[in-house]
This record gives sequence, structure tokens and C-alpha cells, in this order.
Amino acid sequence: MSRPTRRGLLAGGTALLAAPGLARAQAEPLKIGLILPMTGPFASTGRQIDAATRAWLRTNGEVQAGRRLEILLRDDGGVQPDTTRRLAQELVVRDKVKVLAGFGLTPLALATAPIATEAKLPMVVMAAATAIIPQRSPYILRTSFTLPQVTAPIAEWAARNGIRSAATLVTDFAPGHDAEGVFKARFAAAGGRMALELRSPLRNPDYAPFLQRVKDAKPDALFIFCPSGEGAAIMKQFQERGLKEAGIKLIGTGDVMDDDILNSFGPDALGTITSHHYSAAHDSPENAAFTAAFRAVAPNMRPNFMAVGGWDGMTLIAESLKAANDTDGDKLLAAMKGRSWLSPRGPVTIAAETRDITQDVYIRRVESREGQLWNLEFDRIAQVAA
Amino acid sequence: MLTILLDGIASGMLLFVLACGLSVTMGLMNFVNLAHGAFGMAGGYVLVVLLQRWGWPFLACLPAAFLATALLGLLLERTLYARLYRREHLDQVLFSIGLVFMAGATADWLMGAQQQIIQLPAWLSGRVDLGIGELGRYRIFLILVCAGIVAGLQLGLLRTRFGAQLRAAVDDATVARGLGIPVPRLFAITFALGSGLAGLGGALGVEVLGLDPTFPLKYLVYMLIVVAVGGANTILGPALAALLLGVVDVAGKYWLPQLGAFIIYTAMVALLLLRPHGLLAKQA
Repeated sequence: MSRPTRRGLLAGGTALLAAPGLARAQAEPLKIGLILPMTGPFASTGRQIDAATRAWLRTNGEVQAGRRLEILLRDDGGVQPDTTRRLAQELVVRDKVKVLAGFGLTPLALATAPIATEAKLPMVVMAAATAIIPQRSPYILRTSFTLPQVTAPIAEWAARNGIRSAATLVTDFAPGHDAEGVFKARFAAAGGRMALELRSPLRNPDYAPFLQRVKDAKPDALFIFCPSGEGAAIMKQFQERGLKEAGIKLIGTGDVMDDDILNSFGPDALGTITSHHYSAAHDSPENAAFTAAFRAVAPNMRPNFMAVGGWDGMTLIAESLKAANDTDGDKLLAAMKGRSWLSPRGPVTIAAETRDITQDVYIRRVESREGQLWNLEFDRIAQVAA
Repeated sequence: MLTILLDGIASGMLLFVLACGLSVTMGLMNFVNLAHGAFGMAGGYVLVVLLQRWGWPFLACLPAAFLATALLGLLLERTLYARLYRREHLDQVLFSIGLVFMAGATADWLMGAQQQIIQLPAWLSGRVDLGIGELGRYRIFLILVCAGIVAGLQLGLLRTRFGAQLRAAVDDATVARGLGIPVPRLFAITFALGSGLAGLGGALGVEVLGLDPTFPLKYLVYMLIVVAVGGANTILGPALAALLLGVVDVAGKYWLPQLGAFIIYTAMVALLLLRPHGLLAKQA
């Protein structure tokens, strides 16, 4: 402890005198509790979203509607829902945050839902994608996507484009079952035939036997869903076993062809067709501005769908703050419901009833451009509700 | 059919190379080293850095991965492990599992949490038609390399002076020391060899098993199964166990995919009921 000096006292006094004036120009900051997996197996999600929120603040300024947006970042490690819940509680009780945001995975978001309800604070889910999340609390809103939302389009696209029979290979966990169910239902409704349904264990050392099985079943296409890093392993085996030469198309949801790691997949990935709401190669001025801002903050990373969820989460919070001109949780929530804006991914809306995101979903093909791999969009399904 | 069998053999062989060091430390040196997988991970990362960043030829990366992890093993054995040989198994388990977490965090910090992906040379990718079924070239390569290692280890242990000294030291360290056998040096070399083999296994496995900072924990169970089923003090026992488990695992996933992950455990339980002391163990 330093003793109060005369200069310190003077400065303090001046600050006190100036305080009322300051309050008019700038009200107390809006604290946002951002909980992300910054370490552990899902650290990539945390790093993407963290970089996107920093890029957002750098581009749009920290002061919005006369208030400084103050982000309190917490690392939950990504695997223990209890930790996420505890961090959320601390942020609410001790740090007095007005908005909770982040949430890398479904169990983490579900564990925090009761806190948002009790504290009456908006909880902006920037990543987790299981459909049920917003039903768990009237204060949850989502700026990422839902699995059914991006799975249905590829099923229907496949049925429309000469794929008569399909096999599915999904990882054996809740999101995988979701994806399998939606694909099967939509593909069958559009006249397709399911040749084979396979589930691989979450901790799976080798995809070889599953892909051999697919090869022997000879479907027109193989739909895959897996945690994003695993995609590479499946694709390697897909090539090595010669499924491509056997005339089997590889299709899936876009998280398998994650922009963050797509380049390291190598030429094996070329031609893979996926459906998703965001590609870093999306052609629009908003996306050009977003990717430039992101690269300024994280020069060695390519923004992926997680990053755009974080960026849009910030837009949602800031725009709602402007509209409500208040930091009260219920007023912010009211301003967030039904809000529309032009995102780097295209036009999006937070549906007032479901508090989930309505957005365009794109069909994309992996192609090489200037020595790098990109998901190039070639078809679009407009305004898919979550 | 034959493709499934050969796939299973390849994956079993790989499992053996990863696990044989563990069977050596556990069976021969009576040390429970749960951090064994960390050496596999280290070898994998050595391969990734040399192959992908520095552009070394694939065949040069494999011995480099072996040597680097063997040196690392030697260093850790002299500085850390040697102090724990006489301690209880619980101490060893706590120490080595702590080492696993440290290794995982270090790998995360240095290389990032994502899956590492490598590009094999052209002569190792693709398939060949064997007339009776098609098989990936890399899998054939795996089978050949690993079979060579098994044969080398078995001959080394049975036919060389080093092998004889090692077996003597394990049977009774005090008497062996009394006969002038340098037991600590022997253990250090053995430990380094085991670590090096794990590193080699990790390097060979990047293409098939993947590689990320959770690798040591992810495959620890498989390695322990191999050692448990095979018995901890031979080379051929774990080799046979790894082969059997590899084939059962792959075949099970092919024919009964809905049971997926459980088959390997069922096989383990069945084998342990039949041969509780290990596949090749003589009844005591």
C-alpha cells in the first residue's frame, strides 16, 4: 500500500468533481461475461470466438450507446459443465455482468441456463449447436446455428441432385444422433433411400472398418458428421480405401470442413460437398470487412463459423443496447428478440418466439484457390429457421 | 474378408509397437508407467514437425522420432523415474499420470490442440490389389515394419548378452548386481528403448490414429489392455494379444457396428477369464 500523496489526492478530487460530467457523457460500462473453452480439446472454439470479439471491439469501438463494453473472459476448459456453471455464477454475483455469452458446447450451455433464468440476464450462445438449448431458459438467445438447420439442406440437396441412396456415418454422441435423424428423415421425405446407418464411438482409433463397410454397401453418397478435427481422419481413409473411385460422394455438414483447419487437410478434401451457414470465402463486403478485422487481431488464423458466431453475438449485444438504452436484463432481452441485421454470413434474424437464429444456409464445395483450400458456395437456401 | 483381417493385423501391430515399451517397464522393471503414451505422442509430434515443417523424407523421420523419444526417455529416467523404482505403485501411478497431464499441456502450448494431419509420400498412399483383396500400401508398410520390430525384440531378448543380463536383473536384481551386472545402466537403456519404440509407434500412428494433445490418455486404455491380456513379462505375449485385439476390434466394427467400442472390452474380459496370467504365461 502506498501512502496517499498530495498529487494523488488532488487527482482523486478532480476525478470526483468531474464524475457527474463523465456520467452524462458515458454511463457505467456494460459488463459482458464471456465463458469459452480457451484450453483443452476445444480450445480452437475459444480462440476463434475470443479473437472475433476483440476484432469486433477494435472495428466498432468499445463505446456503444454511450457505454463502454467491457468483456470479462473466463476459460472453462470445455469439458466440465460444473465449471462453466460456477464461472457464470461468479460473473453474475461478484462481477455483476449484465450479459452472459460464449458457451462452446451443448452441455456447458445447458448447465448455465438456470443461472441466466434466475439472474434474469440475457445469455448469448455463440457456439453450441444442439437444437434444444434455447428451450432451457427464456433468457437464452443464439447467434451460431443449429445442427438440424444445416443438416436438412444437404439432405434435400442430395436427393435433388441424383443421389438415390446414401449411407450415414456419425459419431456416437447426442449431436451425431441429431444429425443422423434429420438427414434420414429429410432424405427419405425427398425420395432417397438409406443404404446403411453407422455410428462410430466418440473415442475411435480407426475409421477403416466403418468405411470398408460403406464401400461394400455401394451407396451413391456418404453423409458424415463428427467433431470437427476428426473429419480429416475420415477423409484420409475415404481416399485410401478408394471410396471416391468407387463413385461414392462424400457429403456432410460444414463443421467437418472447418475453415480453421481446412488447409491442413490437403488435396484429399477436394470436392467434398457440405452445407453450412458460413464460409470464410463468402463473397460479400460485410465478410471482407470481417475477415480483414479478424486477421488484424489474429494474423495466423482463418475465421471459421465459430468466429462469425462470436462477431454476431457482439453485434446483437451492442445493437440491443442501443435500442434499449438500458442495461436491465429484461429490457436488453426484449430488444434482442426479433432483431435482424446483415451479418458477414448474410442476413440473419433472432426469431422473437424461439430466440434462435434464422439465416441462409449454403451448399459449398471444397476447391483450391491460390494454393489454399476453401469452401466455395454454389447454392443457397434462403432464410432457414432454426 | 481378407481386407478386414489385414486391416486388423495392421492396427494390432501398431498397438503392439505403442504398448511393448509399457510391457517392458511394467513386467521387467516392475514400474507402472502410465505416462508411456506421452512418449508415443512425443514421437508423433517429432514426425509432424520434421515431415510437415522441415520437409524431411518420411523414412528419415521414423528413426529420428525413435531417437528423439529414446533420448527424452533416457533423460527422464535418469532425472525422475530412477527415484521412484523402489516406491509403491500408487506413487508411481500418481507421478506418471501427472506427467501425462504435463505432457498434454506442453503439447497443447507448443503445437496447439488441433488434430495433426500429415501427407504421406506417394509410394505409401493408395492401395494395391493383392488378388485376394485390396489393401492400403501404408497398412502393408505398417505390418512389415512392426513384424520386423517384434522379431528384433524377441531375438534381442533371447539371444544377446544384453537380453540375458536384462532377464537376470529382472529375476533378481540383487544377485544380478552381485554378479557385476550394471543394473541401473541396464534399466536406463531398457527404458530408453521402450520410450523410443513408443515414439516410433506414435510416429507410425499419426496417419491412422491421429495425433492431438489428448493422445496419451486416449490410447492409454488400449495399451493397458494389450499388456494385461498379453502378460507383462514377455515380448510375444503382448504381440499376440495386440494382434488378436486388433483383428477382433476391426472385425467387430465391420460386422457389428452398433456394438462399436464394446467389442474390444468384451474380448479382453473373455481372454482374461481364460488366461488370467497372460496369453503365454506359464501357470505359476
